[in-house]
Amino acid sequence: MTLKVLAVDDSLTIRELLRSCLVNAGFDVDVAVDGVDGLEKLPAACPDVVITDINMPRMNGFEFIDALRGGENPTSVPILVLTTESAAELKQKARDAGATGWIVKPFDETKLVSAIRRVANYAA
Amino acid sequence: MSTNDIRETFFLECEDLLEALEEGLQDINDQSADGAVDSECINAVFRAVHSIKGGAGAFKLDELVHFAHTFETVLDEVRNGKLLPDSDVMGVFFRANDRLVDLVNAARDEEPVDPADNAAIEAELNKYAPAEEEEVDAGDYTPMGLSFDFELPDLDDLDLGPAKTQIGYEIHFRPFDQLYGNGNDAAHLIRALSELGVVTAEVDTSGLPAFETMRATGACLSWKITLMTDESEHVVLDVFDFVDGLCELTVDPIYEEADTPVDDDGDTGAGEELEMADFPEDDAPEATAAAPDLPMASAVEPADAAEPRSAAKQESGQAAAKTTKATIRVDLERVDRLINVVGELVINQAMLSQCAKEAGVGSGTEIAAGLDEFKQLSREIQESVMAIRAQPVKSLFQRMSRIVREASHATGKTVKLITQGEATEVDKTVIERLADPLTHMIRNAVDHGLEKTEKRLENGKDKVGHVTLTAAHRSGRVFIEVSDDGAGINRERVLQIGIEKGIVDPSADLSDTEIDNLIFAPGFSTASEISDLSGRGVGMDVVKSSIQSLGGRVTINSTPGKGSVFTISLPLTLAVMEGMVVQVAGQTMIVPLTAIVETLRPEREEIHMLGTGDEVVSVRGMFLPVVDLAASFGYRSAQPYTSSQVLLLVNTDDDHTYALTVDAIHDQRQVVIKGLKENYGDLTGIAAATILGDGRIALIIDTDAIYEQNTAQPTLMTYQPNAMGASQ
Amino acid sequence: MTSAAVAMPDTNSTEFSEYVAFRTAGQDFCFDIMKVREIRGWTEATVLPHAPSYVLGVINLRGSVVPIVDLAARLGLPTTEPHDRHVIIIAVVNTQIIGLLVEAVSDILGVSEEMVQSTPDVASETTKAFISGVIPKDEKMIRLIDIERILPQNDLES
Repeated sequence: MTLKVLAVDDSLTIRELLRSCLVNAGFDVDVAVDGVDGLEKLPAACPDVVITDINMPRMNGFEFIDALRGGENPTSVPILVLTTESAAELKQKARDAGATGWIVKPFDETKLVSAIRRVANYAA
Repeated sequence: MSTNDIRETFFLECEDLLEALEEGLQDINDQSADGAVDSECINAVFRAVHSIKGGAGAFKLDELVHFAHTFETVLDEVRNGKLLPDSDVMGVFFRANDRLVDLVNAARDEEPVDPADNAAIEAELNKYAPAEEEEVDAGDYTPMGLSFDFELPDLDDLDLGPAKTQIGYEIHFRPFDQLYGNGNDAAHLIRALSELGVVTAEVDTSGLPAFETMRATGACLSWKITLMTDESEHVVLDVFDFVDGLCELTVDPIYEEADTPVDDDGDTGAGEELEMADFPEDDAPEATAAAPDLPMASAVEPADAAEPRSAAKQESGQAAAKTTKATIRVDLERVDRLINVVGELVINQAMLSQCAKEAGVGSGTEIAAGLDEFKQLSREIQESVMAIRAQPVKSLFQRMSRIVREASHATGKTVKLITQGEATEVDKTVIERLADPLTHMIRNAVDHGLEKTEKRLENGKDKVGHVTLTAAHRSGRVFIEVSDDGAGINRERVLQIGIEKGIVDPSADLSDTEIDNLIFAPGFSTASEISDLSGRGVGMDVVKSSIQSLGGRVTINSTPGKGSVFTISLPLTLAVMEGMVVQVAGQTMIVPLTAIVETLRPEREEIHMLGTGDEVVSVRGMFLPVVDLAASFGYRSAQPYTSSQVLLLVNTDDDHTYALTVDAIHDQRQVVIKGLKENYGDLTGIAAATILGDGRIALIIDTDAIYEQNTAQPTLMTYQPNAMGASQ
Repeated sequence: MTSAAVAMPDTNSTEFSEYVAFRTAGQDFCFDIMKVREIRGWTEATVLPHAPSYVLGVINLRGSVVPIVDLAARLGLPTTEPHDRHVIIIAVVNTQIIGLLVEAVSDILGVSEEMVQSTPDVASETTKAFISGVIPKDEKMIRLIDIERILPQNDLES
């Protein structure tokens, strides 16, 4: 079964990069422009993995994760945070927020795909 | 999308981001003057720089990444409330913004960047950067290095490897509740370990409570895992990086002599692994889903995150409204192809109407009615297509604020740029080609228009000089005004320079307007007094001609002591215009309707001879020069006006009115403008061409050039004194 | 490409290029067929004011404004009185489109680089400026035109 990924980032460039890499890797990809858009698209996208940026207008990444993990219909879908920093405190913050893992930008295809495979439920 | 396409997307996005950045900085600047700064505004600015950095990193644009990072770090200080955006800070931000624009452009054009150029502004930024973080961050954020926390494939080759005797690890792993809550899974981790070597996992169920006391969210299992691998320890630890702190974990090396089953038990080990992995996989997700009150829900709100969050929520309605307008990006070539085809359609429609008329189709017939409707639709299509190319002048105006900053920096004058009518839409090409002349005019306004600060104070003016940039639509044209509240044009000085440069005859008696217009004369570059700033080899004559090449005009209105207003008037589009179709010596030509004041058929008595062959016409007591268009174009020798001809009263940019003689007036219609330049070149007196209903080409007359060419201008001796045509 | 080839007549290449040959003012000329977009009959042109005498005007070529040059006049030969049986060769030079009025198109020639001889030294500067070589063909001499020099602007610049 094809893995479905929902990528949430306000930067068109990053969205297109993610889409391009993930489609190449054989995943199904949906994109959203921020947390609000991500929440709206979630039910239809029904992703196996969510990738989200942190700095976004309207609803940032942490609020988005909060809405996914808490809220009325909490979900345990794996969430990878896109971050430009690999600082330990940022990782801790992401973990505290409920993120499954993180991807440090700039990413390359191999790293991105391996991160997704690491957290996704798929037949090995 | 290929990488190249995405790269292009990145630079397109950069344009938007830089626009948002400039706008945001401007807003912060305005707000900080009033006190409170909107936090979403700061966030937006931060995000813009952050996004540029993120995208740049993907394309290994190291210079850009580095600079954006430095900029972002300081913006973050403002965002965190640690740095107040006072005027000094904003000054640095604006300069950093300008540098960022340059770096983006250099990266796009693949031009080399001298890192030294960044040094000054980076040093300024770093003054505001948090002291201890700066080093760490800069080191931490290198596009190549620590870009990923997982095992790096390259590391396999590095052989940081274990001692020879080491053959694996014994791992004790006990997940906490939140490990599952975060979407991690013991099974996935064990699977990841199995990619490093041979895994044997033993599940410890001793932690399982009695069924009746079992919590749905509880993580009760732990594992003892044996991993036979020659990977180094940090690779193994990296597998658990995501769950660091969310589990108990010990990793101990196993040495060769250790009594560990390896190959023999490999199969059963794997079987066991799967079996055990199944349990948490089924259990954990449901468990978390069923728990509305996860412990981590509170952990997600650290104190410092709470504030920006509420601010963001307040703004969300407004932001949502901003983003709802859906847009698509279209290759400009496609739009231009469409415009061309629609142009052909309009011509074709005109041809069809003409054919129908010639074929004797009456105006009351259905064919005629259908053709009328066709004409209407063609026009509507054309207008809609033109609207695609229209863009607000905002981006152009934003570029000008940088020019003002640079100019004020260079001259030491304090200047405030006020912009109005930024939403006014103009054809994209016009906007692009307006940038240079406008830049020059703005520099001029700051450099020559505004007085020095001391002088302003002396004259009882505000210390801050104002330059106002206004755009508006009026009567089918776009008007762009550059005004300053400076000293106004020093007419005495301008006249003196004009005489010195031989542009003006010393004996000429010039009106104020004529003196003001001298600054547009070729060769009038007041080099002696021009500073480095505006004296860059272009004079206002270049400004004028570049505006004229867009079908525009520029006029001056200067009041001594109060300042000057330069008004540029431009056609809405470069593709169509309203024209009057006239007959000139057997040739069909078009006169732009905007230039025509009225049409006359004077009696011979109303025409008076002046000198050796020049004619003037008396219109309501005014004597206006008459130009024989056919003779002016050399189609025939000059002839006196006959009453079978028609005069068009035409107004020029400089507000001169004169009469053009044509043989007949045919029609008034919208014409599609076709350039002559591409395949031929410039022609004096001809602005462009169009295609008529019969498929033939008609030339569009440049009435201003005709005036300059055909009227003796004693004041402006350099204006082709012998180009009088045959009419003299 | 043509001028470079002409400058090196001793090259070993035996590649043939196709040239369109035509007559005007009683002489035979040719240029690279790759530069020809189409050949069409004479249509009345719209006169351009202040244009050089060899520029007959502009015509509408499917929406483009294309200047028409009387090639004979351009080369300093007697002017061509435009007639219905004359033809216009529409050529694309760099990005410019230009129409050349000639009497008639006569042939398509396959020419190898060795066949092109350099222009014999003659007195006329005009000839030297516009003719980049000559090609012998059935007792006749076909003059190879440097089409880029024909453009009206290049006249103004030079």
